[in-house]
Amino acid sequence: MADKEKAAAYWSANLRLILGSLVIWALCSFGFGILLRPMLSGIPVGGADLGFWFAQQGSILIFLALIFFYAWRMNKLDKEFGLEE
Amino acid sequence: MSQFVINLLFVGASFMLYIGIAIWARAGSTKEFYVAGGGVHPVTNGMATAADWMSAASFISMAGLISVGYVNSSFLMGWTGGFVLLAMLLAPYLRKFGKFTVPDFVGDRFNSKAARVVAVICLLVISTTYVIGQMTGAGVAFARFLEVSSTTGLIIASCIVFVYAVLGGMKGITYTQVAQYVVLIVAYTIPAIFISLQMTGHLLPQTGLFGTHTESGLPMLQKLDEVVRELGFQDYTADVSNKLNMFLFTMSLMIGTAGLPHVIIRFFTVPKVADARWSAGWALVFIAILYTTAPAVASMGRLNLINTIYPDGPSAPALEYAERPQWLQTWEDTGLVRFEDKNNDGRIQMYNEVPAFAETAEARGWAGNELVVNNDILVLANPEIANLPGWVIGLIAAGGIAAALSTAAGLLLAISSAISHDLIKNMINPKISEKGEMLAARISMAVAIAIATWLGINPPGFAAQVVALAFGIAAASIFPVLMMGIFSKRINSKGAVLGMLAGLLSTTIYIFLYLGWFFIPGTNTLANVPDNWLFGISPLSFGAVGAVINFAVAFGVSYLTEEPPQEIQDLVESVRYPKGAGGAVAH
Repeated sequence: MADKEKAAAYWSANLRLILGSLVIWALCSFGFGILLRPMLSGIPVGGADLGFWFAQQGSILIFLALIFFYAWRMNKLDKEFGLEE
Repeated sequence: MSQFVINLLFVGASFMLYIGIAIWARAGSTKEFYVAGGGVHPVTNGMATAADWMSAASFISMAGLISVGYVNSSFLMGWTGGFVLLAMLLAPYLRKFGKFTVPDFVGDRFNSKAARVVAVICLLVISTTYVIGQMTGAGVAFARFLEVSSTTGLIIASCIVFVYAVLGGMKGITYTQVAQYVVLIVAYTIPAIFISLQMTGHLLPQTGLFGTHTESGLPMLQKLDEVVRELGFQDYTADVSNKLNMFLFTMSLMIGTAGLPHVIIRFFTVPKVADARWSAGWALVFIAILYTTAPAVASMGRLNLINTIYPDGPSAPALEYAERPQWLQTWEDTGLVRFEDKNNDGRIQMYNEVPAFAETAEARGWAGNELVVNNDILVLANPEIANLPGWVIGLIAAGGIAAALSTAAGLLLAISSAISHDLIKNMINPKISEKGEMLAARISMAVAIAIATWLGINPPGFAAQVVALAFGIAAASIFPVLMMGIFSKRINSKGAVLGMLAGLLSTTIYIFLYLGWFFIPGTNTLANVPDNWLFGISPLSFGAVGAVINFAVAFGVSYLTEEPPQEIQDLVESVRYPKGAGGAVAH
């Protein structure tokens, strides 16, 4: 059934989008902010280093960008697939 | 006009506003009571969610927590990162599902009374433990600013919450929370802007944090590092050695945030699925305004305090006690700042009493740290430190109370709807009329407020530990079960119930092992020190591990037992697509 295929394509597009977003989410907070901080310690940012910036401010800004990007993409996908309310 | 009168005016005016909104937004039906009629604009909902989420702890204590240095960045990332998970993994699907409570989804998706009961229990434990802290916070804020006893303050606070929450339900709470957000964010940012201007010349505290310290010409953070190092503290920006624990702590706060029932139900109130996605973004915008200001308040407040105590630098003689500024004196009266002249030189020495610093201290003639400062004063004393006019202090009073009340109201609503909707309507008496259910909701709200007030006045010994418990349970039980319910058709009721129990029990047992069984002092099996922790994982960070256990058990059990029935698989399917938001309700 075409409807079913369309729905499956919509869902896998959603999953791909979520996965991509979560990779960035993890990289900027757990990655740059915590685990990879020593690697970024050579890049100075206003009295501290880039890892410190990510931990205190950068990750929050990235989170914001991610949610709005996701909402915009998904709402567009809803329409493309004719699945919006 | 005295400061007391100004505070009274500000707090009184904000209360009139909340009550006025409550009368205007009375709930007429259960739908209005539980989900505000489902017609809240995403920006409005984002603002209400922000107030709902930011508690007395975020407003008053968070800056103090992160003023310890880099290691506590976990709070910043953890308490905001959860909204990414909410936006992508939970909010739109639960909105599509279209019911009133979190246990509603769990009970219907797994078609199991047991699953619903476990979810209700988790919800009640999370919300009740959390609400005690909010009520105590409101009482303390009252006591400090209105010069009444904290018990009187708490009772005033409960009466106000009673009026607008019982009368207005979710509808009243939503619009009150919008007003409370405005009050609390204005109160938080104004003093922060002034302190940033004084110390770095930056209007925005967010850029001031990485700006230049005007007095020394050095970058602010570098100056702070130098000053704290000279007093035997670790560098403010120093890295941590236990990365595993920091990782798990941040993760626990993130998935705990995404699993808190009172935050999740806010996404049921928007008109469409698309709005639930936007709404999570707006919520984070409004939260980020405070959360990006907080690290500036933390670092500048700490540097400012040290500069006050050591006006000529940490190696020169410290401030004479007799010459201390007025604000320090005021805070001594509250007991949040304590001074004891250990070496009898009439000066205030504040430093870190660690073995590595003992030699330097002795050489300087210091006989121990003499000033004990409660970290909460970083935010509360900010306006006085910056010499701001009295109305700003009144504003902070109103802001702190708004933060405590908005979260308390959200929690009380989650509690009352779980009781009236999940226990009474869905378990005990399914034939109850709409009117009867609404009465039950109002009565359970009133009872919940009474219990919360009583617990706030007689706080059980564990008040300080509740955050660990609430976040641990939300992370280890609610978040995984919701996520699996949406993203896997294969998880059946046995898997869900056993998974939730495994996550719940492993997390609570781990917490009780170190913090005391049922938090009764002295009953802890192991001393709560890093050497005793399993792989160096603190009890606060265990929620993430509990979540992994939950996922593993649920998948294991589900794949060993039968597939869920077709109609449940169809339900999961329908939750995934925004189209026809009515469909998921009709079964």
